[in-house]
Amino acid sequence: MRLPSPRGPLGERVLTVLRGEVREVGDPGAAVIEVPDQRACDDDALTLWVLHELHYRGFEDVSEEWEWAPALMGVRWLLEHELEERLRVRYADARVPVADEVTRSLATLTATHEGPSLARHLQRNASREQALALLRQRSLYHLKEGDPTSWVIPRLTTRPKAALLEVQFDEYGDGDPARLHHEMFARGLETSGLCSAYGHYVDEALVPVLEQNNAVSMFGLHRRLRGAALGHLAAFESTSAVPSRQLAQGLTRLGFPPEMIAYYDEHVEADAVHEQVVVRDVCGALVQEEPGQHEEVVFGAWTCLDLEARTATAMLARWDAA
Amino acid sequence: MSQPPRPMRITLCPGGPMLIRGAAVVEAEDGTLHETTRPVSAVCRCGATSRAPWCDGTHQLLAGKART
Repeated sequence: MRLPSPRGPLGERVLTVLRGEVREVGDPGAAVIEVPDQRACDDDALTLWVLHELHYRGFEDVSEEWEWAPALMGVRWLLEHELEERLRVRYADARVPVADEVTRSLATLTATHEGPSLARHLQRNASREQALALLRQRSLYHLKEGDPTSWVIPRLTTRPKAALLEVQFDEYGDGDPARLHHEMFARGLETSGLCSAYGHYVDEALVPVLEQNNAVSMFGLHRRLRGAALGHLAAFESTSAVPSRQLAQGLTRLGFPPEMIAYYDEHVEADAVHEQVVVRDVCGALVQEEPGQHEEVVFGAWTCLDLEARTATAMLARWDAA
Repeated sequence: MSQPPRPMRITLCPGGPMLIRGAAVVEAEDGTLHETTRPVSAVCRCGATSRAPWCDGTHQLLAGKART
């Protein structure tokens, strides 16, 4: 993957720095990135996405030395702080109920959260062009599916860790590279006539899509946010089996190749399992061992559903199909 | 030194499927046999799945209808 196009002055500064050489700390020539006061949300979202991607696959046109360079940490810290603040304000405004048991909090949240459904639109009405546009948006996350959650593993105690690994092993194909979920999505893209290169479609990614990716990376990369990371996963898995079936039906209706349909088919059965394991054995055990994480789990779960609803609203508005 | 195989663990999820950990062959209501293909499998308990004997999440929709 090569660096995407910047979306504003902050992105331009950061990407210019990344194209250069890393300097030693203390070297007067070491880059100091000044952050403008007035910025647009897509400039922030794209810039943070680029900074996070240094920790995943990196960029062909950026030195690997940059990953932990002190010059970048200030700007990453600021962008993450502002993103977290924005997500927490939205969460507080939503007044999400918290039950006595975290499993009940999650069940109530996923059963009652309302938002437009892209899967239902695809199942019944979407055109082939709309389906392709949705797959391009989804490719940002699905091509690294499971990876942001893997950052959380070393931060957990025994029981939630063992349960999370049970889910992650399945995400990563149970030892079979051909069944690895992000590899299945890549094959689906290729057979659908799309590009399967990692991050290829970032330039057309909507802001809520970038924010969803940034939120899940931020939750994974900060030990402090481990509860939110697992709550995010719980909401994702709990709202995946039924929509995956609708998406598989929609793609079948539109004549997509079996490889693309197989990706969603796999998620019907896999996520029906993962939902139970993540809610009960991962989040339930986490909160039993760390009771202070209950509300954090709910915050992460609500954030996942809220950003998906914002994505759906933006896509449907673009198609005039809301 | 090999360890004795762990017994299969079956978990009944409240309002949800039955989880099977380990390899198993499930005989469906119509007598067909289905082998598990993943480390943990979910068997439908609500009877409304489109992928018998496996759970496809449809119980969530039934629970939603029951509330309305």
